[in-house]
Order: sequence, then C-alpha cells, then structure tokens
Amino acid sequence: MRVLLVDDEEELVSALGERLVLRNIEAEWFTTGSAALKRVASCCFDLAILDMKMPKIGGLELREKLRARCPDMKFIFLTGYGSEKDFASARGTDADYMVKPVDIERLLDTMQTLFNRSKGDT
Amino acid sequence: MFQLANLKPAFWDKQMRVPAPGASEYLFNYRRIWWLSILLTGMVAVVPLISITLVDYKFTGQTMASEWLLRASRTVSNTQRTIAFFLTERRSALDFIVHDNGSEVLRNPNRLSAILENLQRSFGGGFVDLGSIDSDGKQKAYVGPYGLKDKDYSGQPWFEQVVSQGVYTSDVFLGYRNVPHVIIAVKQILPDGSFGVLRASLDIELFQDLLSNLELGGLGDAFIINQEGTLQTDSHYHGRLLEKIPLPVPEFSDTTQVTEGKNPAGEALLIGYRFIKDTPFILMIVKKKTELMKQWRKTRLQLIIFLLGSVSIILAVIIGTVTFMVNKVYNADERRLMTLHQMEYANKMASIGRMAASVAHEINNPLAIVNEKAGLIKDLFSLKMQYADDPKLLSLVDSILNSVKRAGKITKRLLTFARNLEATIEPVHLEETIHEVLSFLTKEAEYRSIDIQVDVSTDIPVIEIDRGKLQQIFLNIINNAFAAMCDGGHLSIQVNRAGAEAVEVRFRDDGCGIPQEDLQRIFEPFFSTKTGQGGTGLGLSITYNLTQEIGGLIHADSEIGKGTCFTITLPLKPQVKEGTNPCACYS
Repeated sequence: MRVLLVDDEEELVSALGERLVLRNIEAEWFTTGSAALKRVASCCFDLAILDMKMPKIGGLELREKLRARCPDMKFIFLTGYGSEKDFASARGTDADYMVKPVDIERLLDTMQTLFNRSKGDT
Repeated sequence: MFQLANLKPAFWDKQMRVPAPGASEYLFNYRRIWWLSILLTGMVAVVPLISITLVDYKFTGQTMASEWLLRASRTVSNTQRTIAFFLTERRSALDFIVHDNGSEVLRNPNRLSAILENLQRSFGGGFVDLGSIDSDGKQKAYVGPYGLKDKDYSGQPWFEQVVSQGVYTSDVFLGYRNVPHVIIAVKQILPDGSFGVLRASLDIELFQDLLSNLELGGLGDAFIINQEGTLQTDSHYHGRLLEKIPLPVPEFSDTTQVTEGKNPAGEALLIGYRFIKDTPFILMIVKKKTELMKQWRKTRLQLIIFLLGSVSIILAVIIGTVTFMVNKVYNADERRLMTLHQMEYANKMASIGRMAASVAHEINNPLAIVNEKAGLIKDLFSLKMQYADDPKLLSLVDSILNSVKRAGKITKRLLTFARNLEATIEPVHLEETIHEVLSFLTKEAEYRSIDIQVDVSTDIPVIEIDRGKLQQIFLNIINNAFAAMCDGGHLSIQVNRAGAEAVEVRFRDDGCGIPQEDLQRIFEPFFSTKTGQGGTGLGLSITYNLTQEIGGLIHADSEIGKGTCFTITLPLKPQVKEGTNPCACYS
C-alpha cells in the first residue's frame, strides 16, 4: 500500500510517516498541498492521509485535486477540531475522518478498511 | 373557600428588580405604577363627575328655591285678588244701593228686607244683615237675625271713619252680636245736605272657606291678619281667630312679597304676604322650609346615591382594568427579562463552546505530535529487536502514550460538548448521556466523597432528542443536587419507562431539601434561596424552559432534611415546543 501524508505540522507528519514505514507501509509525507500535488504528478498513491485545516490548500480542496489525478485514491482526514459540518463533508465511500491525536492501531484499521473497499470495487 | 388574597395581582409581592445598571427603578416598581395609574385615571374620571354633580346639586337647589318663591308669590297674589274682589264687589253693591235709593226707602224695613234678600240671592251669601243709620249714628232700620234696631253707633270709631271717608271696611270683630263678622259701611249723601249710612255685616266663613281650599302642600298655612297682627281667620299653626300671631307683622308693601323668617320654635319659614287694597287686611301664607326641603332632600339623596354608585362602578372598572394592564406589563417584562437572560445564557454557552473547541483544537495538535513521537519511539523500541529487551524504556513510552490518550479523551469531551450546543435531534442513549455529564463532575464527586448511583432499566430504548439541551438539563439538575448535598452525600439517578411513549429520569439527592412554600416557585425566573451566595435564580428556570423545549416535563418533590427528587419525563420521539411560559403549569 502506498500512502501519502500531508500535514502542515512537520513534526507530526514525519513521525506518523516513519511509524507507517516501520510497519512496512510505503509512505511519503509532505507539509504543503502543493508539494504533495507535485509528487502525485509523477506517481499515484493508494491512500492519502490529509490534515483538514492547512494553509493555502485545505484538506478538502486537496482531495479534489488529488482525485483529479488519481481517481481511485482513498482518503483519511485528520482534524483537531471536528465539527459535524467537517465530518459530513469528509465522510464517504472513499473517505473517513479521525480526530487527533490518533491511535495508530485504529488508523491502520481504518486504512485497511478503505483499502479493502477499494479492492472490492475493482 | 374564597380568600381575598386570591384577588391579589401576581406583581403585588414581587421584589422590585432593575434588569440592568442604569435602568430607572421606577419603571419596574409595579405596585407604584398600579397606584399611580389608579390615582390618575380615578382623578380624571371621578373629579369631573363629582364637579358636575356638585354643580347640578347647586343649580337644582337654586331652581327649586326659585320655584318655591314663585309658587308662593303666585298663590298669595291670586288669593289676595280673590279676597279683594270679594270685598270690592260687595262694597260696590252697597254703593249702588245708596245711590239708587233714597233714605226713605232704606229706612223702610220692608224695602230694606227686600234689598237684603236680593243681595243674598245675587251674591250667593256673605251678607248677613243690613242696617240704615242716620247722621246721628242711630240705626233707624235693621234687617237681619239680630235685634239691632235703634242701636247707637255715634261714638264708635268706624262711624266717624265712614262719615269722614265715605266708605269703611272693618276688621273682623264680635260686636254686639258676639259673632265674628266684618262690616262694610257706605255713606249716603242726601238731597238736603244731611247724610245717612248703609251698613252691612258679612259672614267671614267665606274667607275661611277660601283660605282652607288653597292647596299649599304639607304644613302650609294661609290666614288673614289685620295691621296689628290679630288673626282675622283661623290659622292651622299660628293661632285662632282674633288671637295675635306669633310672627312679626310684615312691613307695608303694595306688591306681593316673599321673605324668610323663623317661628318662636326657631323653625325656618317661608312667608308670603300681600296687603289687600282698601282693607285693613294682610293675606299671609306661611310654609315651613323643612317641609319644602323634603323634595329637595329626596333629590339630594338620589344625587348622592347616583354619585356613590357611579364612583364605585368607575373605581371598580379602573382598578380591574389597571390591575389587568399592569399584570400584562409585568408578565411581558418578566418574559422579556427571561428571554434576555436566556439569550445571555445561550450566548455564554456558545462562547464556552467555541472556546472549548478552540482549546481542544490547539491542544490536540501538540498532543498529536507528542503522540506520534512517543509512538515512533515505542515502535523503534518494539519493532527493532535491539531495543525490545529494555522494559524500562517501553514502560516510560507507554506512560507518555497513556497520558496523551487521557488528555485526548478530555479534548474529545470538550469537542463533544461544543458540538452539542448546536440544536440537533439525534438518537440518544440516556445512560451514555448521563455518564457523559457525570464525567464533568467526577473529580468534584471524588473530592467531596459524593456517592453517585446510576440505575437504568433494561427496557429503555434509544430516544430521539436534542442531546445538547438534554446534557444541559442533566448538568443543571446534578449541579443543583451537588450544591444541596453535604460532603459524603448520595445521589441516585434512575431511568425507567413512563408508559409507551415516554421515559422518566429521577435525580434523588439526600441534601437539605426545599421548603414547601418555595417548591411552588423554584421554576420561576429569578427565584433563588441562594441570594447573596452567587445564585442568579435562573438555573432551574432555564432547566424548566429547556425541558419544555424538548417536549418534556419536570417536577420536583422535596422534604426538609431528607432531600429532593427531580423527575424529568422525556418523550421517545421529538416534541419541540416553542415560546412556552415557564409559569404555565403552576398557575
């Protein structure tokens, strides 16, 4: 599974990325949406873990742009705020949300669920 | 049983309360507004009425007095005219006789008798006898019931007066016959230059009849006096014939006069009089003013009854209307203040919610970093074998992760609280919600050794309700219970079914309890037994309103020293009510 992580908190995204790598998940992390988009231009990912609120390009906007390039990509949104409005817009067959701080085991379960759903679709 | 206290308006015993600093306290002193309104409206309505009544009273009095005077004056004038006509007519008849007949005829008893008969027939009575007197005052001929022939009148004043003036009308007197009568005497000039006198006696019963037939009303008295004040006719109330009247003789006037006077008993009198022309008589009509006032007193009594009745009705209507209006204003003010405070409360809660969400968000990010860093360290220790054998390091990292998890739970609760301030109907597990609310108070309960027991019946379904409002209701009730309980107290929360469509949540504490007289008022806005201790008196009122808004009911039972039980009945399906009156179920 190839995973793309985008969060403006570098400390967070790097630590989370490394933890996924330690679990043999192919993960790459970025602190801005534009850097992530640049990377996706050359290579698609199976799943993206995106922070909801980021400067310049927010999580939801970034999803639209990523989806335009990689239509099969699944998404997990991370939020430190978590309003019903956010959750309603984030939920879907190809997306889920988690409130920070996340439990790694729950994150892995959610990733696996979305990934399996993607396989089932195909 | 009817009690007068039931009529007391709701605002009467309310403590005056100024809603905001700087607001005029007079605007919220309802008892003062009530008094002022009644006073001003009463004055505007009653003063003109009293004024009109007094003016009417005065004018009616004046009109009635004028009417009495006019009536008395008219009666005196008419009666005087009748009596004067009576005497003038008879005097003229005698005058005609002396001019039409010679002295021989008048001294002939047969002829004189015929003349008397003719007079009596023509004038219908009045003439009693006739006498012909010579210039020496000797009665030469006499016809009548008394034997007065040859009587000598030469020394008598009346004879001298008729000789000098030609005609004479006497006072009433008894004379030789000892019977009251009046005489009219007319002088006859004879061809030889001597003279004679024709003298007639008149019965005074005709005067008496005339006066007694006058309709004078109650206690009215009509009589004739001479100029010395001697009664010439009988009087009902002022003496008998030929007695002196106990009233002063009126001053001469050639017109009818009506004056006021008093009798010896001090009673006010209305006296009408007229001097009868060419006679010594004065006609008097006397009425007691008290009798005349009877009608006036009746009218006055009617006026007073009308005035009192009108004033009573006006005041009753004013008091009723003002009470109704001030009560309306009071209720409107209460609702307005309640709404303001609810808005204030809602704003405060929304601010707290926003702040909670903001704090949670700000803390969540560093927590997430700590979480991931510690997680990474743990991963490194546990996933790479060279560190896996160091339990001390793993334990330290676990401790960090557990603390992050605990802090995360707190921020999630804060976020849940903030989210629930938005009004949304959603499926709610009552037991879960109760525990959520209790989680905010767990520490206080631990510090104060308060035992909390939650019993939820097994048949309680998931209900559809506004979770945020329900949490606020539960939080307020539990906070109240905590405030009422001493350290080491016990709070029991029971959830049971209440019929097919509702559930019942009972919060029973073993606190100090609420007095019965306060129990009726605890849901009223601003009612507080914690005055001066920070109580706003709004907590239970807002709780009541929130319960109404979600379609529930709230009820309290209490016993002093034993505790209080609040029962909240909630519908299984949403029943949102708007604009409910917090006092409706207690009115």
